[in-house]
Amino acid sequence: MSLRLSLAGLAAGLALAVGPAFAAGDVVKPPAQSWSFSGPFGKFDQAQLQRGFKVVKEVCANCHAMSLIRFRNLAQPGGPGFTTSQVEALAQTYQIKDGPNDSGEMFERPGRPADAFPSPFPNEQAARAANGGAYPPDMSVLAKARTYERGFPKFVFDIFTQYQEQGPDYITALLTGYAEPPQGFPPLLPGQNYNTYMPGHLIAMPKPLNDGQVEYPKGPDGKSPVPETVEQYAKDVSAFLVWMAEPHLEARKRMGLQVMIFLALFAGLLYFTKKKIWSRLPDHASAH
Amino acid sequence: MSGHSTYQPKTGIERWLDARLPIVRLMHDAGVSYPVPRNLNLLWTFGGILVFMLVAQIITGVILAMHYTPNANMAFNSVEHIMRDVNFGWLLRYLHSNGASMFFVAVYVHIFRGLYYGSYKAPREVLWILGVIIFLLMMATAFMGYVLPWGQMSFWGATVITNLFSALPVIGETIVTFLWGGYSVDNPTLNRFFSLHFLLPFMIAGVVVLHIWALHHVGQNNPTGVEVKDVRKDTVPFTPYATIKDLFGMVLFMLVFAWFVFYQPNFMGHADNYIPANPAATPAHIVPEWYFLPFYAILRAIPDKLGGVLAMGGAIVILAFLPWIDTSKVKSMTYRPIARQFFWMFVLVCIGLGYLGAMPADEPYVTISRILTVLYFGFFVALALIGIFERPAQLPTSIADSVLGGSGARLAHATASEPQAKG
Repeated sequence: MSLRLSLAGLAAGLALAVGPAFAAGDVVKPPAQSWSFSGPFGKFDQAQLQRGFKVVKEVCANCHAMSLIRFRNLAQPGGPGFTTSQVEALAQTYQIKDGPNDSGEMFERPGRPADAFPSPFPNEQAARAANGGAYPPDMSVLAKARTYERGFPKFVFDIFTQYQEQGPDYITALLTGYAEPPQGFPPLLPGQNYNTYMPGHLIAMPKPLNDGQVEYPKGPDGKSPVPETVEQYAKDVSAFLVWMAEPHLEARKRMGLQVMIFLALFAGLLYFTKKKIWSRLPDHASAH
Repeated sequence: MSGHSTYQPKTGIERWLDARLPIVRLMHDAGVSYPVPRNLNLLWTFGGILVFMLVAQIITGVILAMHYTPNANMAFNSVEHIMRDVNFGWLLRYLHSNGASMFFVAVYVHIFRGLYYGSYKAPREVLWILGVIIFLLMMATAFMGYVLPWGQMSFWGATVITNLFSALPVIGETIVTFLWGGYSVDNPTLNRFFSLHFLLPFMIAGVVVLHIWALHHVGQNNPTGVEVKDVRKDTVPFTPYATIKDLFGMVLFMLVFAWFVFYQPNFMGHADNYIPANPAATPAHIVPEWYFLPFYAILRAIPDKLGGVLAMGGAIVILAFLPWIDTSKVKSMTYRPIARQFFWMFVLVCIGLGYLGAMPADEPYVTISRILTVLYFGFFVALALIGIFERPAQLPTSIADSVLGGSGARLAHATASEPQAKG
């Protein structure tokens, strides 16, 4: 199968799927959010990660697996900052399939911190069967697996601004992007939903979040310090997804600063050493 | 420039070893007393940078291989295991994946430097051809390495690129089946690519030894392109002069490398490669790694599959014939007013092709790709023709003259645009 053929086939498929007026080129760029973990000194906001985890656990994880995440990860440095005992207690609320035991039987036991989060469906077919044929993707690295086209010259500037939050920006936009289809959009089929930011605007996932759906921890005044709105949920979920995809982000950026400072100083010293060594050439003075 | 050895064994044990295996003498002659032109600019540090990158890739790669599982069902998760659970696994993996990109950044600078200063001309033809062979081996290694994480781009990139061989008449299909180890890209493909990805870097290292051997035999070119006439006046000993300068260049390069590894580790990758390989779902755009994009654009520019494959291969192989294509006797484009303009146009054409390689195969990109492909090959035709009628500027009488003024003073306007050796 040649590439041209497959590309042409794909384009034709998309055109058939969404109609000529809303072809694949119709992509709305998600707005850039401000993230605590962006930039060279970025760090996760622990409270945000804990809120995000709550939404993920109560809403997203009903359909989406996070099979690469282990309960113990929630207590490791640079993460949501749960304590070890909190993680143990959380793990015990899950039933994990284990075995075979001495009599050859599989059995269920309460979870331990070393266990991975059990997936909501035993396999992809079961997930599709329960979700109208669509497969809810695993969330473990989803924040790095989603992006949008930056285009020239933005992608060049991104090197210097360190903008790399396409994933969480897109996911936040997607979660808040459910809307009524505009005039002239082909009628939605069963199992299709309209989303402003989904490429082609058709998404199988129904609107997952609604205002007030998830209860956030209360502050001293008896009210949640952040609004319990779809916008806030979406941001918190996206931040948590970034942590899941990149659990060592804080350690990486911290080490990066040390490495950059070391290399810059080292380069400076080498520059002057080089100057000194080259000045030893007897005829150097006459060179420009 | 392999002159008389100046190595003097100082201790008894050195004299004993020197009489039996003169390895210290070899290292001294190659890395200490080896004379280098005194006017090399920072672009000449990229050879050393490339050696550093090769060693860095081999070290990080060997450690990654200790934790990686080359199995179609486990490869993706084993890479994530490295990223999450292996101590400093994220660092090793990001060093290795960004290292591949930085390796290509360095090799492209190195190649364009060779083009600009005519480093392919006599007596450096074999040196240059060895470089083209290294470049080809690097491309094969990088391509197979990108397959290993077994993400969507790994899988579909491998499918598209291996399929190119099927364009060859008669034997094409057999070659593809042989590459795949079956009738589609699958576990056997991943296994053999892993094996070859481990092998090829050591073959690169072997050709690098030949490349350096040839270099030390003929001596380095320099920004004037004028050969060394008087070793005493025109050159300086490799150590300390070139070693300190190479080290400085290397650390500057590491700063850029570290910027990507620690701050933008996925900038040069593709988001789709964080989706596990799925033979049933083709990504919207199959895009190879950025360093292949110019050649990918040439491939797609030709409407015929076999023609595209031949044009893409030809775009690289033609480099090996450059010593005989370019008819000018003057090496450095600093003294070639017309060829220099064509050189910079060629640089822009390559960047343009790289951009087009990342774009979908639609209009107007296809038409522009075709124009730029013609211009790409046109550069080589131009080099063959320009040499016949171009009147080069006057060359300095020697390297020393170009550095110290003297009779080469009237070149000042020509050299001003080039970074100078002196720091």
